[in-house]
Amino acid sequence: MPDVIQNHTIPEDILKQFQRRQFEGAYTHTPHVRVDKGNRSLPRLNKLVDTMEQVIIKSGLKDGMTISFHHHFRDGDRIINMVMDVIAHMGIKNLTLAASSLSDVHAPLIDHIKNKVVTQIHTSGIRGKLAEAISNGLMDNPILIHSHGGRARAIETSRLKIDVAFLGVPSCDVYGNANGYTGQSACGSLGYAKVDALYADRVVLITDMLSEYPNTPFSIHQDQVDYIIKVDHVGDPQRISLGATRDTKNPRDILIGSLAARVIACSGYFEEGFSLQTGSGGASLVTTKFLYEYMKEQNIRANWALGGITAQIVKMHEEGYIKRLLDVQSFDQEAIRSIGENRYHSEIDASYYANPLNKGCAVNKINVVVLSALEIDTDFNVNVLTGSNGVLRGASGGHSDTAIGSGLSVIVAPLIRGRSATVVEAVKTIITPGSTVDVLVTDRGIAVNPRRPIVAERLKECQLPVVPIEELKRKAERLAGVPEPIEFEDKIVAVVEYRDGTIIDVVRQVKS
Amino acid sequence: MKIIKTGSAGTLESSDVLITVRSNNGRGVQITLSSTVEKQFGKQIRLVVLETLKQLDVTEAAVDIQDKGALDCAIQARLIAAVHRAAGIEKINWEEMR
Amino acid sequence: MKDRLRRTMLYVPGNNTGIIRDAAIYRSDSIMIDLEDSVSYRQKDAARLLVYTSLRTFDFEGVETVVRINGLDTPYGREDIKAMVRARPDIIRLPKTDSAHDVQEASRLILQEEKKNGLPEGSIGLMAAIESPLGVINAYEIACASERLVGIAIGAEDYVTAMKTSRSADGVELLYARSAVVTAARAAGIQAYDTVYSDLNNEEGFRQEVELIKQLGFDGKSIISPRQIKVVHDVFTPSAKEIEHAQKVVEAIDEANAKGSGVIAVDGKMIDKPIVERAKRTLEMASASGVLSRKEGRYHA
Repeated sequence: MPDVIQNHTIPEDILKQFQRRQFEGAYTHTPHVRVDKGNRSLPRLNKLVDTMEQVIIKSGLKDGMTISFHHHFRDGDRIINMVMDVIAHMGIKNLTLAASSLSDVHAPLIDHIKNKVVTQIHTSGIRGKLAEAISNGLMDNPILIHSHGGRARAIETSRLKIDVAFLGVPSCDVYGNANGYTGQSACGSLGYAKVDALYADRVVLITDMLSEYPNTPFSIHQDQVDYIIKVDHVGDPQRISLGATRDTKNPRDILIGSLAARVIACSGYFEEGFSLQTGSGGASLVTTKFLYEYMKEQNIRANWALGGITAQIVKMHEEGYIKRLLDVQSFDQEAIRSIGENRYHSEIDASYYANPLNKGCAVNKINVVVLSALEIDTDFNVNVLTGSNGVLRGASGGHSDTAIGSGLSVIVAPLIRGRSATVVEAVKTIITPGSTVDVLVTDRGIAVNPRRPIVAERLKECQLPVVPIEELKRKAERLAGVPEPIEFEDKIVAVVEYRDGTIIDVVRQVKS
Repeated sequence: MKIIKTGSAGTLESSDVLITVRSNNGRGVQITLSSTVEKQFGKQIRLVVLETLKQLDVTEAAVDIQDKGALDCAIQARLIAAVHRAAGIEKINWEEMR
Repeated sequence: MKDRLRRTMLYVPGNNTGIIRDAAIYRSDSIMIDLEDSVSYRQKDAARLLVYTSLRTFDFEGVETVVRINGLDTPYGREDIKAMVRARPDIIRLPKTDSAHDVQEASRLILQEEKKNGLPEGSIGLMAAIESPLGVINAYEIACASERLVGIAIGAEDYVTAMKTSRSADGVELLYARSAVVTAARAAGIQAYDTVYSDLNNEEGFRQEVELIKQLGFDGKSIISPRQIKVVHDVFTPSAKEIEHAQKVVEAIDEANAKGSGVIAVDGKMIDKPIVERAKRTLEMASASGVLSRKEGRYHA
């Protein structure tokens, strides 16, 4: 039967008034449905593509475009290298790589950069050989370092326009519903990926587990997804998530962590219904552990925790001491299990987490955050990006987002690492401005930002070793000596964007 | 002090330094340094070594330093030990120690 | 120096740069930098130099520094004293002390070096570790052997081996030695310190041992890891109840003295001199442990 409607011609003036076209057949302008309705011998509707090369062709990727990736697979990621190899092979050039964070495993990008496959990078963090190469002037264009919240802001305000997002997902159905907690490569929250899936022009999902349709509950929706490709492994499960996080036995971490817990307990922020974000580093984990002891002793329960969610936080929640969990990144097996099972352990995306320009992000309401630092200066500015030798080696991450949003930001770090002082006269690179940093806890003393005199008073009343930050700097100098200033070339290799989109600092090429 | 054989002291552990002292065949003092903090403290390390050699009255030696971020006092201690071992002198003159 | 709080003495191997540098951050009462058993023969000279320069460079911020030298019967002991007196730790600790003579000889050599270096006589204290059956028998003579001696310690490993037995969980094999050492120390008016507990993973066992030696009257204990500090300080810190009672006793005595009255009672018990002594000591310990502040001669919580 013909697909034409008889005797229902629409008057021209109506078409003009509503600015529409006349109906031309049910199937003419609806591209994704079956044309041959009822033909049950056709394969089930799907977005599957056989090879990466075909996917890239279909996605319309051309020279000069912007592609994106997430970092939920951490050091176990295989997606970026896999996709970039094919892109390079196809001869595509001059791409902007917007990977939410880069790690040691992405060293193969060095070749792609040399071959001009990638000529711009926007990322939150960079490590290993790739970071060293960039610090030594590998790229013509400086890379852009942004915070997690800043990346979401840039995407949502179209400052960063993603042409094709290549998103690795642990499980996915044939139409594009994906979640992060099923499958051999489970990674937990897909918070960073979700923003890309929402805003990129083309969204490609790469999975190693095709589930039955519909793959509910889902984090990435079918209505956002263009193409899907199944591969053998999206990542290395051993390195995607930390196994059972063992309690650190490092006495220095234990010392710093226990001091930080006392700082929090004495700060005035430790009260019924408080909220908390801590990291996954040694000292952070110890802080959380000791804080938990205080919570049990004093019968204080937290209303919520933000993360970076670890097994420790999950345990505190399951034992009734933290009511709700908001999760943008799940660090270990326990966190992954929990987010998959528990409706009170909620996945949030990067924008909800920390975008300063949306209608109100999660970091705005957090009471206490525990953070690390490579360097902190006498104005409390923090560097988490460049090492004592001036080479790129860290990530902006959620540091500046949580520091400003929190009621109390606590930095935990040893006063010296080897021979490198953490407390310096001026940091090499500012990631987080000192006006947002409240307390520094080291193994040789505690410093409180002069902006927080009430906190300083409280800590002193608790007999905590509070000293001016200048004294910590002098202590570090007496111990390790004063280092020669690192020499840099004029060339700028990285530009540091503050979470609001302004440029706060630059990183120059190290002199070889 | 005269360097008559090879003497070394210290370890390659983090925060330590391994110093090996040999004769330099009458060609004065020669320092070879490999350090994890070369850029920041290379100059300071050489300074400490030269000063200490002077105090020990060593005018001819090949000093090889493999540094893992040792502080000045550790560098001094390891160097003095290595020099005495290389000079075949067991008794340290404590009165002349700084 | 003699009455200083020495609840915890953290053992620090003398040839390890990183550990020496960080030893004081854990705030044990003392650190003991070791030139003896933790240093191999071939590194005795290097370790001696490292400890020398470290002591002369680092600020240990109020943590007492003790150096355990090699015995005077070894090729290293005398050289250790020469170097260490010049390096000025607070205390030199003698290992394997069998007799008063060992102490006197060491004290004499230290005095010689103090003079040579223009240091006030007696500026460096002495500790003696008793690690043999003979030492245990001579404990009182050892404890009286020198004005310089601040305390004696029991070293279990060598002792237990010489006794042809081994260490057990309840430590019965150390019963006599511990009792002898602490009794001798008290009779001589100096301190007594207990031996190390090596099983870092047995927190319960460690706590039990600490409670035992506290009850026996020891002033403190050697520890091998910063992780052990908290337990010892907790056990040695008087409880709130003990402090409260001690305060009552002291107040009652002060009141009685002011009124000129004689026998007094607190909580139905007669207060005589030993009780007052113990109460004062409890408050001293509480104050030193930081749970009590001392203002105007009175104790305030």
